[in-house]
Amino acid sequence: MSRFDLTDGDVVVVIGSGAGGGTMAHELTRRGLKVVLFEAGRRQTLASFSQNPSEAYGQLTWLEPRTQSGSWDPVKNSPNQPAWHCKTVGGTTVHWTGATPRLQRYEMQARTAYGDVPGTSLADWPIEYEELKRWYQVAEKRLCVTRRNGNPGMPASNNFKVMYNGARRIGYKRVHTNYLAINSRAQDGRGLCIQQGFCLQGCKTAAKWSTLYTEIPRAEATGNLDLRTECFVTRIEHDAAGRANGVVYRDAAGLEQRQKARFICVAGNAVETARLLLLSESARFPRGLANSSDQVGRNYCHHLTAFVWGIFDQPVHATRGVVLGGVVEDENVHDPRRGFVGGYHLELASMDLPTLPLVGLGYGWGREFASIMDNFRNMAGILINGEDMPRPDNRITLSKSLKDAYGLPVAHVNCDEHPNDVALRRHAQRQAQKLYESVGAKRTVLSASPPATHQMGTARMSADPQHGVTNPHGRTHDVSNLFISDGSVQTTAGAANPTLTIVSLVLRQADHISREITAGRL
Amino acid sequence: MGEKQHHDEHTLTEFSMKSTREQPAMPGANPLAESVASGRRRFVQGVTAVLSGVVLGLGRAWAIDMHVFSADQSATLLAMIHTIAPHDGLDEAAYALVAAALDADAAASAQTRELMTAGLTGLGLEFARADEDVRVAKLKALEAAPPQTAAGPPGGAGFFQAVRIKTLLVLYNNPIAWTHFGYEGEAFSKGGYLLRGFNDLKWLPEVPLDASGPMPV
Repeated sequence: MSRFDLTDGDVVVVIGSGAGGGTMAHELTRRGLKVVLFEAGRRQTLASFSQNPSEAYGQLTWLEPRTQSGSWDPVKNSPNQPAWHCKTVGGTTVHWTGATPRLQRYEMQARTAYGDVPGTSLADWPIEYEELKRWYQVAEKRLCVTRRNGNPGMPASNNFKVMYNGARRIGYKRVHTNYLAINSRAQDGRGLCIQQGFCLQGCKTAAKWSTLYTEIPRAEATGNLDLRTECFVTRIEHDAAGRANGVVYRDAAGLEQRQKARFICVAGNAVETARLLLLSESARFPRGLANSSDQVGRNYCHHLTAFVWGIFDQPVHATRGVVLGGVVEDENVHDPRRGFVGGYHLELASMDLPTLPLVGLGYGWGREFASIMDNFRNMAGILINGEDMPRPDNRITLSKSLKDAYGLPVAHVNCDEHPNDVALRRHAQRQAQKLYESVGAKRTVLSASPPATHQMGTARMSADPQHGVTNPHGRTHDVSNLFISDGSVQTTAGAANPTLTIVSLVLRQADHISREITAGRL
Repeated sequence: MGEKQHHDEHTLTEFSMKSTREQPAMPGANPLAESVASGRRRFVQGVTAVLSGVVLGLGRAWAIDMHVFSADQSATLLAMIHTIAPHDGLDEAAYALVAAALDADAAASAQTRELMTAGLTGLGLEFARADEDVRVAKLKALEAAPPQTAAGPPGGAGFFQAVRIKTLLVLYNNPIAWTHFGYEGEAFSKGGYLLRGFNDLKWLPEVPLDASGPMPV
């Protein structure tokens, strides 16, 4: 493994090793750039992935508490944990479900398509759909997505058989085993999916794409990567001209260090990315780095998510097999006759027994609660994944009440539901209930909104520097050598699980960086 | 059968020990994060009660030592856990693991000890002897009460939520429960579910190939 000097100002610093940062590190190192990749967590291996759900949760998850306010369910149900994402090499690509839908054309023109929705900060993306589509195609090849490029679809699980038959009976047409970055046949050095059902705990056959065992080792093989694990970046510094020139971080021993940098890519997951920019305030950037627009941390989106469970007279055994191995795409359209703007996916979902009562159900106890658990064998599941409305005050700020181990304020998340979010969820819940009732469900069960697993919008792309944090290449308007390389740059959320979009935008951003270097502008 | 016995015996020991170890809070369970985080082992002298029984169907005896709660308090606590999560036929050993985990939390934190003993003493042993509807009514009153105050019931809502959340964390997180509820757990060591039933559902029509994909060879 390479080690670069702390004072080496030629290195590129990448912060975070997940879908965005891990991919960026590979893209830059293979082009011959020296990269120092910072990861706050530890490195696991296929062998070290725990197969006990709660142990795996402890092994992979960002556990440090945050503070919260607003009307959204996690404020009361999990007050210290608004978001569920990872802190480990590979980031959230270690525990993601592998679902890789594309954004739709209308979703990238949300302001134009939806009109003026009061109380939102909807905006059109500053890039064309056709432009993103080109990079989707590159990313889908990279990730070996099923049902694309000749890759076979995933075979149907029990849970999907229930979804498919119900969906067809209530008239849905676009129903299949989902686009998945999970190998339906062994390729690209990754194994075959053997339907373990442990997507969220780390995939022991590496069938599911993760930067942990694809992009990062390939970056290491170039000799240009210096991966620093258990190193947490606390501040981005700049020179007198306002160009980023290094980072301050705590190393694995907790000691403060400084790394010089030529340019910097931030990919800490939208909550921590916003926090880092806000922590990096200076006399020149008194509201936080790259925040002259006051948009850093605002417009935080997390998708409207909720589970619907169908309980049947006969066994389903939903936890056997790929967790998100199915989707209904018919509602991923803009049709205001439904009473809301934007659309949603109905995705297949299953949940292990210990996690189900903590995340998958609403608040409850006693006989009614217990009777749900009693039907564990006979439950089929759907996860609603819908577009949520960006709002200026749904935002990440620095907590006034809680500090981390280094004495720095943790992220505070404020999240109020928009009436459109409520209407979309109600529609999606009714559709999922109808779907299950059409195939004989004796009961359906609704969940609360679980902690956010998709984080977006906190440094969004905008053509006008006053309306967003980054330009159409994810480069901050204020600091020309500072890039945001994660879901923070999404102008709106759409209804697509974000990883494919993150990877596509990062591949595009790396291409831009490469051209800018060649042109002598970076 | 021999293999199953070994499995359950091993797990009981493992989980009774684990309940005194530091455990990560699961998502959604953070109201208890403080007590979970402080759940490191602290030496408490003596055994205050012993929970014991026989694993149904196996005829295998089990026993768990309590270090804080008395026999009466333990009985009240077990009745409370049963009322929160009433599963007919779930082995008593699974409920005892929850009680032991709360006992360990009480041993590790003076604050938790005060909250728990106040709440359990407040409910009294008559709670354990009451009918389920009476127990439910008492717990609903606790749930709606303010956090522990001089005016309200001992322990108050904080006591109720501490027991409810620990029940969710522990009751379903052990192989006794996994077997009972039909959660089959990890399958990597057995080659996954690909050839072990991931698609064995027969009570609905099969999915056409164009909406799914071929079984890999």
